[in-house]
Amino acid sequence: MDLIRIKNVEKKYKNGVTAIYDLNLAIEKGAFVFVIGGSGSGKSTLIKMLYREEKPTKGQIIVGGLDVAKLRNRKVYRLRRKLGIVFQNFRLLEKQTVYENVAFALEVIGAPKDEIREKVLKALEDVGLKNKLHNYPDQLSGGEQQRVAIARAIVNDPKLLLCDEPTGNLDPERSMEIMKVLDDINKSRGTTIIMATHDKDIVDKMKKQVITLKDGHLVNFKQKGTYNNEAI
Amino acid sequence: MKPFRMLARSIRDAFKSVKRNFSLSLASVSCITITLIIVAIAIIASFNVQNFTKEIEKDLTVVAFLNNDATEEDVLNVENALKNIKNVDTYTFQSKIEVKEQMQQESEIFNAVLDTWEDNESPLKDTFQIKVKEVEEIGTTAEQIKNIDKVSVVRYGEGMVDKMISAFTSIKKVTIVVVVALIIVTVFLIINTIKLTIDNRKREIGIMRVVGASNITIKTPFVIEGMILGLLGSIIPVIFTTYGYLAFYQHFDGYLYSELIQLIEPEPFIYNASIIVVAIGILVGMVGSASAVRKYLKI
Ligand SMILES: Nc1ncnc2c1ncn2[C@@H]1O[C@H](COP(=O)(O)OP(=O)(O)OP(=O)(O)O)[C@@H](O)[C@H]1O
Ligand SMILES: [Mg+2]
Repeated sequence: MDLIRIKNVEKKYKNGVTAIYDLNLAIEKGAFVFVIGGSGSGKSTLIKMLYREEKPTKGQIIVGGLDVAKLRNRKVYRLRRKLGIVFQNFRLLEKQTVYENVAFALEVIGAPKDEIREKVLKALEDVGLKNKLHNYPDQLSGGEQQRVAIARAIVNDPKLLLCDEPTGNLDPERSMEIMKVLDDINKSRGTTIIMATHDKDIVDKMKKQVITLKDGHLVNFKQKGTYNNEAI
Repeated sequence: MKPFRMLARSIRDAFKSVKRNFSLSLASVSCITITLIIVAIAIIASFNVQNFTKEIEKDLTVVAFLNNDATEEDVLNVENALKNIKNVDTYTFQSKIEVKEQMQQESEIFNAVLDTWEDNESPLKDTFQIKVKEVEEIGTTAEQIKNIDKVSVVRYGEGMVDKMISAFTSIKKVTIVVVVALIIVTVFLIINTIKLTIDNRKREIGIMRVVGASNITIKTPFVIEGMILGLLGSIIPVIFTTYGYLAFYQHFDGYLYSELIQLIEPEPFIYNASIIVVAIGILVGMVGSASAVRKYLKI
């Protein structure tokens, strides 16, 4: 079963730059997929189209049965509740504790308190931060902050987790910790993960599916791929 | 249960940000307060003016005196002419004999004097007492009546009525201009207050979007914040309206200058006026914040 289906998608920004050309792609439920490619190759654009931050100028994108390209602005939240998003720069609320940051994602969609508590604790356990509930973000290392962000992304048990260079701000050791957390989530929760990255070591070590983009074109999509410098 | 929980959250957020942006909130609240006090004065004044005018209108009669030599046919002609004047509402005719009888009933002295006159040498005149539809046009109507053949003199409360009516109309115009200007300034201040709140919370709003908060969830706290500003701003004006009007009413014993200008009874008037003031405050707050949300929260 495919969770994501992309058909003839093109993305041309208003300034005339075409970031994605005629993309066709299907991603299965439960997959772990890296998106690699040089700077400006369209990785972030692809991820943004998946969570409907950007709209494709042509083609169709189906995510979990929702026609994303046609989704009205007012209804974008329906898509967002089915997926989690992790960014390079964490995007935590500085004045709130670890617990509150994660709970925030459930509060704003109106979840009841008991359910919030249970889910937040479970998510923080999954990322290995159960002992730091009451810390504030500035009392955590970069890797820990990113794990809070991951907990927030998975707290509502989404089908899909999108990560745009989640290890971009971290040293190799911290990066591998994050990859371990993501791999565990993929395996234990069955969450489909799509991760854009520059990091050759990570891609080579993880042996997951690899989508390679070059100047907006899909050059290949491999099972158990590696970071192929020539293709980029 | 869920909408209630979300609403509680919005209200809490709104209060928090009123506190956080204290100085600008205070400026908005003060501006709303001043605006609403003036609005309250305008409301009290205009309701009272309306009340006076109604009272005056009830009493206001144009009296047309016919020439002494007017025959019954002349009276009929005058009556027909009156029917053709648009602003004439109702009229009653009193012949000089009826006038005489009325006067004789009213006073002993009149009775004695009037008895000595024969009907044909009476200095009294036949009269029409006329009510008009539009008091503002009473002057022109009186003029038209005067031009009717055999009408000698026309009387109505000329000077006072004219002056009063024109004073009322200019007061009305000035208050409308002042109130509208103040409301515009207030709305503008509220827009800026809410804009600041939105700026402060850009990051939070971005995260809310990412984790799937609906647009209504995101917007509601800001609109509620505007309503809270409006509500806070209406506290002093409401006190002013209720106690101020009560004191004013008692000080003047319920009327101005003469018994003709009766003030409206304070109860339930002050409650109704207060409700209007609060409603305007909340509405202004809501309009301001809603337009800020639309402008600065492009979602
Ligand atoms: N909002 C935008 N408006 C206009 N052009 C944009 C916008 N975002 C990206 N682009 C352009 O689209 C192309 C693809 O950008 P994108 O951010 O998707 O690349 P990327 O693969 O994520 O690069 P990086 O590895 O540097 O993050 C680039 O040429 C970029 O300049
Ligand atoms: Mg990028």
